[in-house]
Amino acid sequence: MNAITPRNAPENAYNFAYLDEATKRMIRRAILKAIAIPGHQIPFGAREMPLPYGWGTGGIQVTAAILGPRDVLKVIDQGADDTTNAVSIRRFFARVANVQTTTRTGEATIIQTRHRIPERPLTEGQVMVFQVPMPEPLFRLEPRLAETRRLHALGDYSLAQVKLYEDIAKQGESGSSYNHPVMVGGRYLMSPSPIPGFDNPKLHNSPALMLFGAGREKKIYAVPPYTTVESLDFEDHPFRPVRAPQRCSACGSATSYLDEIIADDKGGRIFVCSDTDHCAETQGL
Amino acid sequence: MYVAVKGGDAAISAAHAWLGQRRRGDEALPELSADQIDEQLGLAVDRVMAEGSCHDRGLAALAIKQARGDLIEAAFLLRAYRNTLSRFAACEPIDTGAMRVQRRISATYKDLPGGQVLGPTFDYTHRLLDFALAAEGVPPPEPEEAEAAEGTMPRVTELLAREGLMARDMPGGDEAPPDLTREPLPFPTPRPLRLQSLARGDEGFLLGLGYSTQRGYGNAHPFVAELRMGEVEVFLAPSELGFAISIGDIAVTECQMVNQFAGSAQNPPQFTRGYGLAMGHGERRAMSMALVDRALMSKEMGEEATAPAQDAEFVLLHADNVEATGFVEHLKLPHHVDFQSELEKLRSIRARWQADREAAPVQEAAE
Repeated sequence: MNAITPRNAPENAYNFAYLDEATKRMIRRAILKAIAIPGHQIPFGAREMPLPYGWGTGGIQVTAAILGPRDVLKVIDQGADDTTNAVSIRRFFARVANVQTTTRTGEATIIQTRHRIPERPLTEGQVMVFQVPMPEPLFRLEPRLAETRRLHALGDYSLAQVKLYEDIAKQGESGSSYNHPVMVGGRYLMSPSPIPGFDNPKLHNSPALMLFGAGREKKIYAVPPYTTVESLDFEDHPFRPVRAPQRCSACGSATSYLDEIIADDKGGRIFVCSDTDHCAETQGL
Repeated sequence: MYVAVKGGDAAISAAHAWLGQRRRGDEALPELSADQIDEQLGLAVDRVMAEGSCHDRGLAALAIKQARGDLIEAAFLLRAYRNTLSRFAACEPIDTGAMRVQRRISATYKDLPGGQVLGPTFDYTHRLLDFALAAEGVPPPEPEEAEAAEGTMPRVTELLAREGLMARDMPGGDEAPPDLTREPLPFPTPRPLRLQSLARGDEGFLLGLGYSTQRGYGNAHPFVAELRMGEVEVFLAPSELGFAISIGDIAVTECQMVNQFAGSAQNPPQFTRGYGLAMGHGERRAMSMALVDRALMSKEMGEEATAPAQDAEFVLLHADNVEATGFVEHLKLPHHVDFQSELEKLRSIRARWQADREAAPVQEAAE
């Protein structure tokens, strides 16, 4: 795996990191407000980006707003640095911000992600930027934003609790395998973005700053360092993170989150780490 | 040993090269210029300007060329570009009453001051494929030029308002109107923001919603009081000058739709208006917009609101085709991490289900 990629020749046609400075300031204000009220969704004037909605425009705008010339950026999608969307976003910032990029979790100052949190524990000073499709954790239970805003104000999360209760009563466990809602700082119910439940515990008391950007839905929210993040559950049915009960066939890890790969047309399958950097590090590459 | 799938970098480059080749098409044929698109596919340019929220024919034509004629992709390109431009001022409200009219019709009056001006319309053409167009080089017939209409063309709705039959829309105060492109939509949504949202909304979506209000979903009884299309002057008042100067002309299409209102304790029965405005020549858009605008007023009018077109959150949050196409098409991106956890979840639930089934006969015997 390649580590740090040096800076390229600058692309002069656009402002540093694409967005103009006034827009970045607007986004930073939303970020500061989000940090001040952990887990609370802050509306912001999201812009169209040259990448489509659903590809990570919220995360890209957050990254563009906080990125400085000395930052080292890592971009992952599904845990991997080499998936097409991660390649595309990394290229975008290498081009319009001329920053150093890396695949190493330990070297990055900013990690933009879609659907995963790296296996390697994050450290103080690192910032995770999550791409969020639907920031409202209650949207499947109540699609109306005016109503969900009221429920958040009242701290009324009975809809989510009843849904969880019904899941357990009907099928013995929670029905959500990813994007399982979390309580942040004991106050706000929050969508952790579509990370697998396996990653939820990594949000709890993390030394890193977690920023969440939803472009199409025009919301930013945050989990500041060392904030309690508890997955929604019941005392007698505690939250259970799941992973495939196999070992990685490349590095042998029995603790990392695994992708299942169809190996042949006879039902053969193998399992490999979703976090490509972690897998390479474990293999000593 | 398994080797993980790699090569995203090379694949992207190759795919983009292929796309470029497809865009150009058969090199034995002359390449299409943006000017040709602007001149000969002008209505596509109009639609892209409207949905791209940017009045620039040249850029819209370029976007259509780049997008291989995919107009939503072209609108997306134009939107992404417009966001890189700095906003240095806001223009004065345009005066469509002073429009240099190319087309102006009213469905509510046979004739009216200023007359009916058909202009360059598909209306009343017979929809027969014109095979003469396939043979290039045949010049179009010269249109007969009518004498320019005398005097002004007053708005039909103003004629109704003078009679007290039409509620007047009060002009806004001195404060700057809210701007959809700078702030997220609040709910409930004030009318200026609703109109902005509809003005850039997907034409097909607006059309379907407008149509639904005509078919009983929203109880509309609309009339086209007036539809006008032409050029209006755009004025700007720089703060250092203190007065407005003309900075150019743009073509717009305006539709004022009249609807009945049963009246309430405070207001007498009267007509109300739905309003539509589109950049360029976009009648279908302006009319659909006017229908949906009126449907969205139902709550403020104290009417029963049960239809989709009357639901502001439903309409406004799904009208934007750049947002919609992004989220629909993002399903093409890899989701195998989430899918993996779904797999594990399903296996776990199935195992429990199986175990319960195996235990079930014992329970039945006990009953």
